Amino acid sequence: MRGTLVIGIGNRDRSDDAAGLVAARRIRQKHPRDVLVLEQDGHAAALLEAWRDARTVLVVDAASGAGPAGTVRRFDAHRERLPAGLLHASTHSWGIAEAVEMARVLGQLPPTVVVYAVEGSSFGHGRRLTPEVEKAVEDVVRRILEEVSCPSPASP
Amino acid sequence: MSGKRIGSTLTVETLARVEGEGALRLRLEGGAVASVQLHIYEPPRFFEALLRGRRFDEAPDVTARICGICPVAYQMSAVHALESAFGVRVDGPIRELRRLLYCGEWIESHALHVYLLHAPDFLGYESAIHMAADHADLVQRGLRLKKIGNRVMTALAGREIHPINVRVGGFYRVPAASELAPLAEELKWARDAALETVRWVSGFPFPDFDRDYELVALRHPSEYPLCEGRIASSKGLDVAVSEYEEAFAEEHVPHSNALHSILRGRGAYHVGPLARFALNFDRLPSVAREAAREAGLGPGCRNPFRSIVVRAVETVFACEEALRIVSSYEPPDRPFADVEPRAAVGCGASEAPRGILYHRYRIGAGGLIEEAKIVPPTAQNLKTIENDLWQLVPRHLDLPREELALRCEQAIRNYDPCISCATHFLRLEVEE
Repeated sequence: MRGTLVIGIGNRDRSDDAAGLVAARRIRQKHPRDVLVLEQDGHAAALLEAWRDARTVLVVDAASGAGPAGTVRRFDAHRERLPAGLLHASTHSWGIAEAVEMARVLGQLPPTVVVYAVEGSSFGHGRRLTPEVEKAVEDVVRRILEEVSCPSPASP
Repeated sequence: MSGKRIGSTLTVETLARVEGEGALRLRLEGGAVASVQLHIYEPPRFFEALLRGRRFDEAPDVTARICGICPVAYQMSAVHALESAFGVRVDGPIRELRRLLYCGEWIESHALHVYLLHAPDFLGYESAIHMAADHADLVQRGLRLKKIGNRVMTALAGREIHPINVRVGGFYRVPAASELAPLAEELKWARDAALETVRWVSGFPFPDFDRDYELVALRHPSEYPLCEGRIASSKGLDVAVSEYEEAFAEEHVPHSNALHSILRGRGAYHVGPLARFALNFDRLPSVAREAAREAGLGPGCRNPFRSIVVRAVETVFACEEALRIVSSYEPPDRPFADVEPRAAVGCGASEAPRGILYHRYRIGAGGLIEEAKIVPPTAQNLKTIENDLWQLVPRHLDLPREELALRCEQAIRNYDPCISCATHFLRLEVEE
């Protein structure tokens, strides 16, 4: 079984939607040991493929419609269902929530799957994060680096 | 999907498993259907305006961004239109690689639609996730099939979403034969899986719903159409791609941000797998024709609900064609033909998974785009989708409204509508 995987999700050209991608790059720059960092667009089939055989998966994505900009929510996929409408959805509505639920049904959910959702405020064209999201991304990067250096036991 | 009754209006919100944002409004009077309107409120994205003033060679990459599911279709229609404008003919291995790339897109798009979006309708599941609880092996097969389509795209185009290796005249880089060879074994598995898919979906329960469509598709002298051919119809139309706008028109309708296409003087028409299959059955490889026959499907099929079987048959074709190309591939001497821009107008049409995708560009003397026109397949089918619902709804007025909504959604999904590269789509309002 492979080790730890960090997956940043988003669209780099749509402002705060890039929060997951920015977080992934900053985590990669820190060179955490035995951690593979990927950037994806969030399509469920690609996620299912990417995390196959991984032991620990940490996903970061932008969210919308559930609080003030910069709010960070952490979901343990083994303990709770992801709110489908919260996270960026991919084409034909097959996004992270669907990937998690499909993996759960197929018995392919890695032992640990944590999803960080960063509430954005601007999803228009552009390559800059809003200040609130910029700050939240730093917070997520710090928390993920802590998690991968001191992994908690796999969820039951 | 969820439903609620407000006075005499039933509103059903948030249909997933289709692409883009819109709503269906049904108005009933005295127990009969008084109007059917597919409201497309997805905001227009102005790609045609965005292209004006840009260099001609930006068109394939800019238009690929229109759709995350069928970017290759946009690239292929764009390069053919521009090559037509500049008098360039691409042949040999580069043409073969284009077909291979398109096959990858067909495989991944059809697998996604058949397994994850449409099959749950026929088997009575809310979604593919619910279906997977009972049919994990089938869903796994669909996901693997889709993945192989994506692999073909990645091998040729750098990545599966918004490919970056296509240029006017060919490719920026072509693969060595050794890079494509590993795809062969996967494509053999995929072809077998596609054959199994045909058998599986042909056993679904299909309503008796034959329609008298004018089916429109590309028709090529010898090939099942992907990038080239004349535009033909089941009722005698036969025009060159350059004559598209003489034969077809786009109309604004008040209830939709998407234009509705019509055949001039004849009205609604139908593009997509059912049309391609009906008009090009004789161009399918024998393995796909046989699979269709075994499934009880012939070129006379006019039941849109059976389009799921046609998609499965086309997946067999795409796997077989991809395998043929991979097995015989020899790299070209150069990855692209030279292109000299000039002031000209060029048209191109290709067969996106959902049907004909038409592009026209007017290029100025400096190679800049002065005008662009893009007609996607879903815009061409919108009027036909509404017409289907006019016919379908009266048969099911006795159903509870939530069930009626499901029937309507299933009928809409017959077209795998791709209203934009967005997310959730449909609200159904029934006004009585």
